[in-house]
Amino acid sequence: MVKIILKDIPDLAKVDVYTKNGGYEMLKKCVTEMKPDDVIAEVKKSNLRGRGGACFPTGMKWSFMPKGNEKPKYLVCNGDESEPGSFKDREIFEKNPHQFIEGALIACYAMGCKAAYVYIRGEYWKWINIMEEAVADTYKKGFAGKKLFGSDFSVDIYVHKGAGAYICGEESSMLNSLEGKRAYPRVKPPFPAAVGVWGMPTTVNNIETLANVPEIIRHGGEWFSKIGEPKHPGTLLYGVSGHVNKPGVYEIETGIPLKSLIDDYCGGVKNGKQIKMVIPGGSSMPPLTREEALTVKMDAESLKAIESAIGTAGVIVMDEDTDLIKVLKRITKFYYHESCGQCTPCREGCGWMLRVLDRLDKGEGRIEDLDLLINVAENIEGNTICALGDAAAWPVKWTIRKFRAEFEAKCKNDKYQLPVLNKVHSIRHTPAYDNIRIYNENNVVEDLIGKVQENLNREDETFS
Amino acid sequence: MTETIEKPLFSEEEMKTVNMHLDKYPTKMSAIMPILWMLQDKYGWLSEDNMKYAGDLLNLPYEHVLGVATFYTMYFKKPMGKYHLQICTNVSCMLCGGDKLFQYVSEKLGIKNNHVTPDGIFSIEEVECLGSCGTAPMMQINNKEFYENLTLENVDKLLNDLRMKAGANG
Ligand SMILES: Cc1cc2nc3c(=O)[nH]c(=O)nc-3n(C[C@H](O)[C@H](O)[C@H](O)COP(=O)(O)O)c2cc1C
Ligand code: SF4
Ligand code: FES
Repeated sequence: MVKIILKDIPDLAKVDVYTKNGGYEMLKKCVTEMKPDDVIAEVKKSNLRGRGGACFPTGMKWSFMPKGNEKPKYLVCNGDESEPGSFKDREIFEKNPHQFIEGALIACYAMGCKAAYVYIRGEYWKWINIMEEAVADTYKKGFAGKKLFGSDFSVDIYVHKGAGAYICGEESSMLNSLEGKRAYPRVKPPFPAAVGVWGMPTTVNNIETLANVPEIIRHGGEWFSKIGEPKHPGTLLYGVSGHVNKPGVYEIETGIPLKSLIDDYCGGVKNGKQIKMVIPGGSSMPPLTREEALTVKMDAESLKAIESAIGTAGVIVMDEDTDLIKVLKRITKFYYHESCGQCTPCREGCGWMLRVLDRLDKGEGRIEDLDLLINVAENIEGNTICALGDAAAWPVKWTIRKFRAEFEAKCKNDKYQLPVLNKVHSIRHTPAYDNIRIYNENNVVEDLIGKVQENLNREDETFS
Repeated sequence: MTETIEKPLFSEEEMKTVNMHLDKYPTKMSAIMPILWMLQDKYGWLSEDNMKYAGDLLNLPYEHVLGVATFYTMYFKKPMGKYHLQICTNVSCMLCGGDKLFQYVSEKLGIKNNHVTPDGIFSIEEVECLGSCGTAPMMQINNKEFYENLTLENVDKLLNDLRMKAGANG
C-alpha cells in the first residue's frame, strides 16, 4: 500500500520532523540541480492530474505558463475546499503541511513564479493558523525567501484567508477575490496562464495536487505513473461520509473498487443496511445507483465511462431509507445559495429547481414537474460563465433520471399548486404562470402579490 | 435605548499588522479581506463606520468595501450573539442529523436563522458544508472552533457551559 501524502510518521507536521525525513531536499535538488523545464518534464511524465475536480494534467497546465521574466508570474494554491462532501485538503494542512509547501515552491521554480498565494477558506480557522505557522517555519529554515540555496531563485509564499463563499473555489473567481474584489468568476478566455491575478500569468492548483509533487521528484515521474490506474495514476485522498460505520479520509491508490472502499476501509454501511445511492466525488457529481456503486472503480476514466466523475473524491454514501427528494432539495438549495448571480440560467434556474423540488418534497408535485426539472437543468448546463451552473444541474438531472420511480411515487396529479416565488421578476417567467390564470382567474393577482410580498419579507427563511 | 457605537481605530500595533498585509500584495485593494477580518475580530461585526474606515485605509470608496463585505457570508453585517452558533445542514451532515440538530437548537433558544437571543448571548446560523462531513453533525462557534460528532446531549451541555461562561464574564 503506497502512501504519498498521509504517511504514518508521527508529528510530520513539524518542520524538524519533516526535514529529518528528507523534507525540502527535493526543493533543493530542483533549484540547484535541475532546470525548470526538467521539473515540468518530470511532472508530465508522472501523468499527475489535478485533484481539484477537473482532473486536468498538471504538467501540461504548468507548460502553458509563458517563459521568461518580463512580467511577474504567480501560483495560487486552491485551499477553498467547499464542495459538500469534501474534507481532504484539511487533512493535508493538519498532517503534512510542509510537503504541500515544498510542492508549491517547486511549482514556483518550475514556472518561474515570484510568489505563491495559499487561499484557504475562512472557516478553516484552525488550519489557517497551522499553515501560517508552517509558512513562518519554512522562512526561518531558509526554504523560502531570497536566493534559495545560494541560487538566483527567490520566492515568497503567503496565506490568504477567505471569508465564506463556495464560488471562490472556482479559479477565476479566486483571482478576483485575491485582488480584493467581489469574487465573480471571469469569462474565459483569456485563461489565467495568460491573464491571471493582477493581470499577470497565473496557475491555480489544488492543495493535494501540489502535495504530490515532492514525491514525484524524489522517485521519478515513471514511478508515480505506475501507481493505481495508468490513466489517472497516484493515490487519492478519499473522504467518505454519510451512512458508513467509519467515515473519514483514506489515502488509497486510484482505481480501488468503490465497494471495497466502503466495506473494507469504512466498515460497511451503518446498521447493516443496503446502499441506495452514492455520490462519488462531492455533491456536484452525478450520483450512482446501488448496482453502479457495487461495481465501479474509483478513478477518473472508470467513472466517466458511466457518465459520472471523480470530482474531489468526496464519497457520500446513502442507505436504503434515505429520502432522495430531501437530499436533492438540500443540494439544490446549496447551489441556489452559492450562485454568484452573474448568469441568468444559473441564478434563476437554481431558484426554479429549488421551488419545484420544495413542492415535490411537500407532496404537492406533479409528474410533469420531473420533466420540468430536467428541462431547467439542461438549460443551465453549458450556458453559464463558470461550472457552478453545471454543478447545480447534474445532480438534479441524474438523480431524477436514475431514481425516477421514487420521485413519481411522491407526485400527485389532482391538485394544482401556486409556485412559491422568491424574486419579483420570476413571476413572469414561471412556466406555470399561464396555468394559474386558467385555474384561478379571479384572485390570481392578489395571490401572486401576496406570495411575492411574503417572500420578500422572509428572504432567507423561505426554504428552511 | 441609544447605544453609542465605538468609532473604529487601529492602534499602532494593529497598524503594523495592516502594513504587513499591505506588503503581501502588489495592490492596496487586495488587503481588503484581511483588514475586514481585523475589524470584525476587534469590533465583532462590520458597521458602516468600520467599512468606511477600511476604505480610508486603502483609498477605496465605501461602496466597494460594502460590495466586498456583502459578498462573503462570514463578514457579519449586523451584531451577532456573544456566541454565534453555525450549524451545518448540508448533505453529509443532514444524513447524520445536522438538520434536526439545527432545528433543536433553534427551538431550544427560541430564535430563527440569523437571529440573536434577547439577552445577546446566542445567535444561530444555518451554514453550508464546513468540511467536517466525516465527523458530522458539526457546529462552528464564532467563525473559529469546530465542534464535531455532536449529539443532542452534548449540545445541551455545550450550550449550558457557554451560558455559564457568559454569565461569569458579566
Ligand atoms: C464552482 C466551483 C468550485 C470549485 N471549488 C474548488 C475547491 O474548493 N477547491 C479546488 O481545489 N478546486 C475547486 N474548483 C476547481 C478549480 O476551478 C480548479 O479547477 C482547480 O483548483 C485546479 O487545480 P488542479 O488542476 O490542481 O485540480 C472549483 C470549480 C468550480 C467550478
Ligand atoms: S454559473 Fe452561476 S456561479 Fe458561475 S458565474 Fe454564472 S451565476 Fe455565477
Ligand atoms: S456536510 Fe456538513 S460539514 Fe460537510
